[in-house]
Amino acid sequence: MLEEKFFIRLSALFTYSLIAVLAFIIIVIFYKGFAALNWDMVLKTPKGGYYYGGEGGVLNAITGSLYIAIGATLIAVLIGMPAALYLNVQLIRYRRTQNTIRYFLDALWGIPSIVYGAFGFTLMLFFGMNASLLAGIITVALLISPIMVRTFDEVLCTIPKGLHEASLALGSTRTETAFRVMFKQGFPGFITAVLLSFGRGIGDAASVLFTAGYTDNIPVTLDEPAATLPLAIFFQLGSPIPEVRDRAFAASIILTIIILSISLGARLLSKRFSKTNLK
Amino acid sequence: MQLRRQIIDKLNGFWMITTLVTILVLPLVICIGLYIKAAPIFEQHSFLELVFTSKWEPSRGIFGFWPFIAGSLYVTLLSFLFTAPVCLLAALYLTQFAPRTLIRIMHPVIDVLAGLPSVIYGVWGILVIVPFVSALSVPLTGSPSSGYSVLAGGIVLAVMVIPYTLNMLIEVFNTVPNGLKEASLSLGATMWESVKHVVIRGNYPGIISAYGLGIAKAFGETIAVMMVVGNVVKASGNPFNAAYPLPALIANNYGEMLSIPMYDSALMFAAFLLLIIILVINLFFRLLIHKTKRL
Repeated sequence: MLEEKFFIRLSALFTYSLIAVLAFIIIVIFYKGFAALNWDMVLKTPKGGYYYGGEGGVLNAITGSLYIAIGATLIAVLIGMPAALYLNVQLIRYRRTQNTIRYFLDALWGIPSIVYGAFGFTLMLFFGMNASLLAGIITVALLISPIMVRTFDEVLCTIPKGLHEASLALGSTRTETAFRVMFKQGFPGFITAVLLSFGRGIGDAASVLFTAGYTDNIPVTLDEPAATLPLAIFFQLGSPIPEVRDRAFAASIILTIIILSISLGARLLSKRFSKTNLK
Repeated sequence: MQLRRQIIDKLNGFWMITTLVTILVLPLVICIGLYIKAAPIFEQHSFLELVFTSKWEPSRGIFGFWPFIAGSLYVTLLSFLFTAPVCLLAALYLTQFAPRTLIRIMHPVIDVLAGLPSVIYGVWGILVIVPFVSALSVPLTGSPSSGYSVLAGGIVLAVMVIPYTLNMLIEVFNTVPNGLKEASLSLGATMWESVKHVVIRGNYPGIISAYGLGIAKAFGETIAVMMVVGNVVKASGNPFNAAYPLPALIANNYGEMLSIPMYDSALMFAAFLLLIIILVINLFFRLLIHKTKRL
């Protein structure tokens, strides 16, 4: 009896402590960075002497991150969405193949981003490119495509088979079934997959470290290097000057807010879109 | 009209299968790409020599990866020691005992914890964990430490891996049929006894797999660990000392790797090694999960 009480209490404690840890992380980040956070941080690029505590902000990194994450998400949608649909429409009769593919995708999900970064770098050298927006976008797209496929697939495979069969029985081709029925029915899952991949893309540092480079300007063309928010935080934290370090903390708030709103948005949107689904 | 629909169907089917195949051959392409870049170093040193010697002098062409591998293993092991009990008990609580409202709160909490970028964990580690470890070092070991240490890396890593392992454990425990547990309860076992003997014992493969995948995830984590672990090349057993994990080696030296001969091959070898280790762990434990799921 004592053992039972002890372990249930302990597991409750651990569970609640996870909430506490999350709150702790967010509070620490906000508390520490709030002093240096102002509109200049969000609206200005680094001016001369910024890295010695001078004027400016991290607009270059914010836009760079957004460009990379949006570009990569677009590519990942182009690759991932049809792949997930194929897995659930054309392959629906082959359970074994489906499971094997899911198995490989799951394993692919586990590859760390630094490996993608190193691979992106070799790809870059192979094509003779420099560190640029394009190289960053491609690397991040490779990183998030498996995530996109697997997340979308999770929702698609819960769609009742009857819906799929009904559509085929009415004479639509498999493409029409895939896009007009399955895609529409799985749309909430699609939104979640897109936002999840976008969040992963915007927050990842190790993959863009080699490939996107770093610059104080806002990139205009695809072959220019681009700064990213995680790297901006990382580099500024390495500075010995307290003002610059404070700005790293402020930039952390910006990144945290972006990630939190993506997470919140994913929840709200998927709830909203699932209202129109066939039940 | 009919013809057009069929042509579209064919074209589209082709496009769809191309994308799927592209994604599936991706790991193979990555392996080959990294291997080709790492090949020059294989011509001079054998694989075993690279992995198990510990002399690291890139400028003289001596590459021994052992200190980095050991550093990675050490940090990963520490993080595993922290995650394992927390995840197991929290997953049990959430699937067996918790009130419904708590489950509803915990879902977004786990999602956000899993979604926070690693650099944020790194900042948090520098702000909280590093000073904490530094304060602990004097009473515990007698010698002061800067706090940038294996222990700090292990703690930060543990917090990052917890949501990942926890999610998988919850999934594993949710597949236990209710009838099994009820049978145990009806035979007079208490709730905890049923959980211990039915839920835990019946799911050894699932639990081990979740842990294994968590370890693989921890092993490859880069930025957050690199920010708190100190990055000093020396292998020592003291958790309050700094270490230099393998991913941090790659991330820290990309800038100078083209200026020293063979250095780029060495770093690509490190990435290759990392990929192989993690891929093997992943394939093995995922197989275990997939096999048990089908039963």
